[in-house]
Amino acid sequence: MSILSLHNNLTTYLILAAVLFGMGIYGLVTRRTLVGMLIASELILAAASINFMAFNRFTAPDPTVGQIFALFIMAIAAAEAAIGLSITIAVYRNYKTVDTEDIVDLKG
Amino acid sequence: MNPTEASGILGFITADGLAGYADAAAGIVFLIMLAITVIGGIIACNAERLVRAVAGLALCFLGVAAIYYYLNSPFLAMMQMLIYIGAVCITIAFAIMLAAPEDSKKTGPSGALSGPLGLVTAGLVTIGMIGLAVNTTFEVLPKINMGEVKLIGIKLLTTYSMVFELVSIVLLIAIIGSLIIARHGRSK
Repeated sequence: MSILSLHNNLTTYLILAAVLFGMGIYGLVTRRTLVGMLIASELILAAASINFMAFNRFTAPDPTVGQIFALFIMAIAAAEAAIGLSITIAVYRNYKTVDTEDIVDLKG
Repeated sequence: MNPTEASGILGFITADGLAGYADAAAGIVFLIMLAITVIGGIIACNAERLVRAVAGLALCFLGVAAIYYYLNSPFLAMMQMLIYIGAVCITIAFAIMLAAPEDSKKTGPSGALSGPLGLVTAGLVTIGMIGLAVNTTFEVLPKINMGEVKLIGIKLLTTYSMVFELVSIVLLIAIIGSLIIARHGRSK
């Protein structure tokens, strides 16, 4: 299989989605600010969407279903980003920081 | 076919030759977009300053939009550009400007162990998923349509109309809720 025909191969997209997912997990684990964690979670959602779209293109009998599902993922991701950012701003207003190590009031 | 064998100046532009060149160009553009996606993702989860992370995220989303284009869905590619690059990235940039001053503490890994442990965790997850993807044979079913935009619209308003309405309500509640949360305590 030639390297130039990679875009006609399901495995390429699955590996790309896995790599993006791994980068999202890495960012989510290591980031110290709420906004950084939110950025990493967007990467995870993008990976999930790519997986849906890849199976939609290559294996599913009805290619509209995966596109509709990816659209719903986008809508939920937009809602999640809005809520997460407003929570970030509220936390910043009360604590004057968005560092996850300083927001430990609930820690026993 | 070998284009140099053809006679004449423009003789090599045959239908087969053009299709071959188009395929090669599509493959090259795909590789570039793949690289853009991965590089953008690396910047998004590693950049020291959050503004650069958002720029990397936008780059990554641009690559993902191109990936959608290669997955036979120009409609989703357009929505990806509009919603993610146009709305989500800008919103995150605003949040950084409002809530995360640049002179704050480091954004990098906390503690000495966090970085390597995070890398190991993410690497194990990635390798596991790649192993699953490579070693599984997926059953390919025959297509019953080509996934046109018109069909997407019809399905959204018939088969998936309930979900469509629910997503609209979720978005509305998210907008109102985020306004209320962000406004709370503002008059102080």
